[in-house]
Amino acid sequence: MSNVLAIAHKELKGYFASPIAYIVIGFSAILFGWFFINLLYYFDRMALQAGGGFGGPQSVNVNESLISPLFLNVSVILLFTLPLVTMRTYSEEKRSGTIELLLTSPLTDLQIVVGKFLGGLTLYAAMLGVTLVHIGILFWYGNPEWRPVLTGYLGLLLMGGCFLSLGLFVSSLTRNQIVAGMITFAIFLLFWVINWIATFTGPTTQNVLNYLSITEHLNDFTRGVLDTKHLVYYTSFIAFSLFLTVRAVDSERWRG
Amino acid sequence: MIEVQHLTKRYGPTTAVDDVSFRVEKGEVLGFLGPNGAGKTTTMRVLTGYMPPTDGKAIVAGYDIFDQPIEAKRRIGYLPETPPLYPEMTVRDYLTFVAKIKAVPKRGRVARINEVMERTRVADMANRHCGKLSKGYRQRVGLAQSLLNNPEVLILDEPTAGLDPKQIIDTRRLIKELGGDHTIILSTHILPEVSQTCQRVVIINKGRVVAVDTPDNLTSRLRGSETMLVQVDAPVGDDVKHALGIVPGVTNVAVAESHGTTSSYEVNSDTGRDVRRQLAAVVVSNGWGLLELRPLRMSLEEIFLHLTTEEMPHE
Repeated sequence: MSNVLAIAHKELKGYFASPIAYIVIGFSAILFGWFFINLLYYFDRMALQAGGGFGGPQSVNVNESLISPLFLNVSVILLFTLPLVTMRTYSEEKRSGTIELLLTSPLTDLQIVVGKFLGGLTLYAAMLGVTLVHIGILFWYGNPEWRPVLTGYLGLLLMGGCFLSLGLFVSSLTRNQIVAGMITFAIFLLFWVINWIATFTGPTTQNVLNYLSITEHLNDFTRGVLDTKHLVYYTSFIAFSLFLTVRAVDSERWRG
Repeated sequence: MIEVQHLTKRYGPTTAVDDVSFRVEKGEVLGFLGPNGAGKTTTMRVLTGYMPPTDGKAIVAGYDIFDQPIEAKRRIGYLPETPPLYPEMTVRDYLTFVAKIKAVPKRGRVARINEVMERTRVADMANRHCGKLSKGYRQRVGLAQSLLNNPEVLILDEPTAGLDPKQIIDTRRLIKELGGDHTIILSTHILPEVSQTCQRVVIINKGRVVAVDTPDNLTSRLRGSETMLVQVDAPVGDDVKHALGIVPGVTNVAVAESHGTTSSYEVNSDTGRDVRRQLAAVVVSNGWGLLELRPLRMSLEEIFLHLTTEEMPHE
């Protein structure tokens, strides 16, 4: 375990020693703020209409109309920022030769992979930490339910974990970090839009496509529902990607 | 301490290391000598557990590197060809990280890092970022990294590459000091380096071990004489040996092979003296048939030539 933490710590320090951490956190803070203002205006108008009796809804719920869509929008931010986080993890070590240090140290491949994953996840958690400010404002001026907020954050953490583990796997396949970043982005995008055609297909295909979509599973989390189906999807997605990464590192050894 | 048995490593169709076997005793400094691309780095990478062999096995510090990699790796210090440094870390941070993953106990870790930095003379750069170090310092930080876990076995891939002459002398002295406490394998393509630091040499070429000997023996075996193979149409006998032996310039005659009525001899002669004409005359005048007369170009010698010509730009 201390080995895993040593790797995670090193990764995290690496992010903050390079511009990556600042770009990722800054970029996501700006985008999240933008979504927040946008949805706040929208919510404000809805609330006015509800109170004024112009045929709008009887009342509006902060969780349903503001926080839930806000969380769902985070997936857009992740699409662009998380490839930046994972693209260098393995590629850079391979290019600079430091992978030789890791692979000849008394560490298992799994320890290295999990360590790198946790390092990225911590940076991502810091990125989400910034959004606590916006949510804090809502709690200050209104009284949203805390449960959907909590499960929402859990869902976001798990969804980000899926993206990170997938990105880690792609990075383990190449020594060129730009290539790793581009491929990761392309795969993220595919998982993001995979269920767009679901409405035009038959019920079976529709179910399959919806199940595959990483973002689809977030819906219930943002509504305060903890469904094992989604938990299983996210955790097995992460476990499988990390497993693939371990295999990729191992096979690289054999090929030399 | 290190035992390599029939090690073979193939990358697809190319064979980088071909059936290599050797032993290194405890406290010994073994030189791994060979031209570039001979398979030195590949052998070292297998020994350190970086990559598995295609065939054969390697036992390092009592553990099979393939079956018990973690136990073996705990006892190995490794300096790869390019020092594995993280440019964004300071030297001290870097060594701390390596100490952690090499399981250097938390108690005494700082003291150990300081000690190693003193020993490799990088203490004055402790707070400098690794990416900003000169080539010489990078090499020495790489060496420092390999010493942190006080390994029983040290594997150094071209430890003096890219250093200036003074640094080379310092590094060689350090390696000599480390021998005794540590078992060391170091690779190089520079001949004098081997004779200065190593007790034994493995010469490797095209993935195969060509010779294993002490540096002194190798030098005398190579420098002293030229060898000629003479095959005559006569049975083995002292008269042939004697007749060949008295030819001026010949230093030694040994029986190489004998097949009934034919026999062949290895004839050593002084360097730079061509004795072929006299040898032929002696054989013919004694009434034997001369079946073959050719210089024995030892593969070792070729490599030796290769090595000595290659070292010129370096020193």
